[in-house]
Amino acid sequence: MTAPTDRNIVANAPQRTAVQAAPRRGWTWRRRSAIPGFGLTMGVTLAILSCIVLIPLSAVILRSAGQGPADFLSAAFSERAFTAYRLSFGAALVAALINGLFGLPTAWAMVRYQFPGKAAVNAIIDLPFALPTAVAGIALASLYAENGWVGGLLAPLGVKVAYTPLGVIIALTFIGLPFVVRTLEPVMRDLSHDVEEAAASLGASRLDTILRVIMPSLAPAWVTGFAMAFARGVGEYGSVIFIAGNMPYKSEIAPLLIIIELEQYDYAGAAAIAVVMLLVSFAMLFVINAIQAYARRFA
Amino acid sequence: MKRATARLATEEPAWIKALILAVVATFLVLVLILPMVTVFVEALRRGVGPALEAIREPDAVAAMKLTLLTAAIAVPFNAFFGICAAWAVAKHEFRFKPFLITLIDLPFSVSPVVAGLIYVLVFGAQGWFGEWLIDHDIKIIFATPGIVLATVFVTFPFVARELIPLMQEQGVDEEEAAVSLGASGLRTFWSVTAPNIRWALLYGMLLCNARAMGEFGAVSVVSGHIRGMTNTMPLHVEILYNEYNFVGAFAVAGVLCGLAVVTLTLKTLLEVAQPHGRVGH
Repeated sequence: MTAPTDRNIVANAPQRTAVQAAPRRGWTWRRRSAIPGFGLTMGVTLAILSCIVLIPLSAVILRSAGQGPADFLSAAFSERAFTAYRLSFGAALVAALINGLFGLPTAWAMVRYQFPGKAAVNAIIDLPFALPTAVAGIALASLYAENGWVGGLLAPLGVKVAYTPLGVIIALTFIGLPFVVRTLEPVMRDLSHDVEEAAASLGASRLDTILRVIMPSLAPAWVTGFAMAFARGVGEYGSVIFIAGNMPYKSEIAPLLIIIELEQYDYAGAAAIAVVMLLVSFAMLFVINAIQAYARRFA
Repeated sequence: MKRATARLATEEPAWIKALILAVVATFLVLVLILPMVTVFVEALRRGVGPALEAIREPDAVAAMKLTLLTAAIAVPFNAFFGICAAWAVAKHEFRFKPFLITLIDLPFSVSPVVAGLIYVLVFGAQGWFGEWLIDHDIKIIFATPGIVLATVFVTFPFVARELIPLMQEQGVDEEEAAVSLGASGLRTFWSVTAPNIRWALLYGMLLCNARAMGEFGAVSVVSGHIRGMTNTMPLHVEILYNEYNFVGAFAVAGVLCGLAVVTLTLKTLLEVAQPHGRVGH
């Protein structure tokens, strides 16, 4: 059961679901209804949304638009900014791929297998949502530093994690982990056993069933989770700066560059980089919504 | 068949299951569990005494107070917004509804650093209202109001995105019955809607609170890092860490870690109270 206009995935919806009136989209602004309070709640919603989100967000766009295209381009795409985008987007991409790769078996194990401590594992998957990013940052930095537990094991192999781009990937993997798992789980739970049985009874091997029956129905959710993890990783700051090393042109992420520009009172420069990041965020949001609309239509 | 135990055709062989579980366990230990253990091990490296001292120190206490104050404002505010937005969006049909929901979700797609930056551009010394604020001696940036604003922004959608899908699923029949029997709008909300959404509301507020207390990037931009004045707990962790006071940094981090454990425990309990799948931030 999926709510008609929602980009969350709602599974195990409460059983008392009322039969909603069939959506009627006339050419009026809104459908008349007996439920009171539309004007008041809509007014409050729009007022708060404008004051907190829309007007301040427009400030960053107006500020960077006010400086002329040449200044904007030189601030937004300086060599230093360009290498920072490459690191932010590249590391977020790799981290989202890692989460896509390991999130799939994790979600599968959570939905299909029974094992001791499952409830605790289920809770701990959400740790990145509950743990402050700065805490995650210092913990990962000391864990993957050369004298840390994991970094110490990797050092003899010549692998340096902390204070390199590899460290950025580790931090973004931590941050993005729940997205893929939590997007896949409800879809996996709703998979019908019948099609699997049908495939098996027609002689498909288990691997064939998984690859050709199960995986295609998981694909939209998988891509959505991947895109969400990527989008979150691109803008992430707190968990990254402790483990990144923050060397200009090497391990400096784009959000950090905004802070550096701000500390030098270069507001326009900071706004220019912010606009580039905002545009990418909006594009990601659009992609995620499009995938979910596609999945709903063909579900 | 030589095999001793039969396997269902819709299950993987036992060795595949074991392999998957081993891979998952290794991944989760490396990425989630070891970092959490590290926090407590590092905090207690020199014993319980220094760790407790770092938490009791005046600057740390001031940071805790500021963090609690910020959450105490941001969470009820966003809960109020979330209820209003969910009532308007889920109980009524109007055009551009998906667009409005996207706008409400927008703060989740914005980098926390950008979230802080937008308020600097509006209220900062060089910002839109900068001169007016200086003339009237009002401090927003590098002061508590800015920290609260930035926190409200990054936690903005939590309650709304929890309530909207649930209230859409529940439909309007019960409310229509109440209204047709003569109940006022407010009465309908309190007596009919509120009992149906209370667990989801708490769930949203819980996640909102965790993020509000833990927010780093957005708050870091607007705080100005004045010790004992505009430092929240996560910022205090950063300062101690950059001063190589690792025991202190990890001790304060341990408190935040404890907060995360409490959040996850309550979250699990709430999921038992009202099972629902969700994807959050």
